[in-house]
Amino acid sequence: MRKSLISIRDFTKEEILHVLETAKEFEQNKEQKFLEGKVIASLFFEPSTRTRLSFETAINRLGAKVIGFSDATNTSQSKGETLKDTIKMVSNYVDMIVMRHPLEGSSRYASEVASVPVVNAGDGANQHPSQTLLDLYSILQTQGKLEGLTINMVGDLKYGRTTHSLLQAMSHFNPKFIFTSPKELMMPQEYKDFLDAKGIEYIETTSLEEHLNDCDILYMTRVQQERFTDLMEYERVKDVYSLDAQMLGGVKENMKILHPLPRVNEIAQDVDDTPYAYYFKQAENGLYVRMAIISYLLGYR
Amino acid sequence: MSRKELVVSALENGTVLDHIPAENVYKALDLLNLKGVENQITIGINLASKLNGRKGIIKIADKFFEDDELNKLALIAPKATVNIIRDFKVVEKKVLKMPHEIVGIAKCQNPKCVTNHQPIKTRFTTLVKDDEILLLCHFCEKTSGIKGLF
Repeated sequence: MRKSLISIRDFTKEEILHVLETAKEFEQNKEQKFLEGKVIASLFFEPSTRTRLSFETAINRLGAKVIGFSDATNTSQSKGETLKDTIKMVSNYVDMIVMRHPLEGSSRYASEVASVPVVNAGDGANQHPSQTLLDLYSILQTQGKLEGLTINMVGDLKYGRTTHSLLQAMSHFNPKFIFTSPKELMMPQEYKDFLDAKGIEYIETTSLEEHLNDCDILYMTRVQQERFTDLMEYERVKDVYSLDAQMLGGVKENMKILHPLPRVNEIAQDVDDTPYAYYFKQAENGLYVRMAIISYLLGYR
Repeated sequence: MSRKELVVSALENGTVLDHIPAENVYKALDLLNLKGVENQITIGINLASKLNGRKGIIKIADKFFEDDELNKLALIAPKATVNIIRDFKVVEKKVLKMPHEIVGIAKCQNPKCVTNHQPIKTRFTTLVKDDEILLLCHFCEKTSGIKGLF
């Protein structure tokens, strides 16, 4: 059956665990060219470096070829072609489509018109499920388990899609959450309702110092200027949290700091040299997780 | 049958939609695609109602709807009642059921939703939370209140 990955909600708990197990296998052995002869489209209607390079590396390491574009300005979209027509046309050429698009819901729509599996590499502020899976993989690799962990999410919890998706995915594993954000950027009510319905505990705070010492994962996020319509609001909150090495004196030994990157001022450079920094390794994990997603959706794992 | 509730002239055959909130009568006509049809239609707005204060009523002669069509009304008039009239008599009364999914009506409130930029039929799942009706967009996964969606 043709299966796409559009939202983290498309995967059951079992599928999530399966992809994470497969990613471990790829981390141990990066050269597995069982997709030789396949062609995968990488359609980036909006610029991205990390995600695109990581997907394209994953495709290459699996032995498949990549076609596509990294910017929509040189495509027929700029001549007014509909998304449907672009996707229909590309579907005829390839075995899978990886796409990023600035409009929310565009990947879901593409998966309904395409004749091949679609992987959502980010649709506006909506979903970015491969990021969520690599976050889960990083949590699993650093903690040795996913069950019963305390996750402290810091920064823009209102617009930050990574925190929303991670919250949905972690809800399978009896977590406890701490939401650290300025008043203007608190976790939206719909996600708190979701946690209430599942009986999952959470605490909200505006102070970064308050819960540094009682979490297993410190999930830092950037306040993204592009999500704000009110620039005054952005100026007020952009530098509100800044983590430095001195603040980490009393943290749990197993605590790890994750960040979807790019970072700006929210993590000082001196944190990089502490044993708690994990964000660069986290980005590397994206490669193994994306290899696992592609192999699973094409029916090879 | 009691004819006292039918303030306007009686209907021989057709459908009477009663207890529509007065302000939503025009939306109801839209939802049921009644603009431009040839049937005789009688519309009452701001009629006195024991239940709601002011209500609206729509009578459509010689027209009978499928349940799926009628149930769309639940979005804007959850307490509406439907009387099927044959030969001047109410032969059936229907209660509206909130549809689980609505397709091709209402617009997503999220300006960045793909349905507002590409020629795509909207699709929502209905959610009821504390008496309020919410629509969850199938595409962008955002939830909108019902107000302002039409």
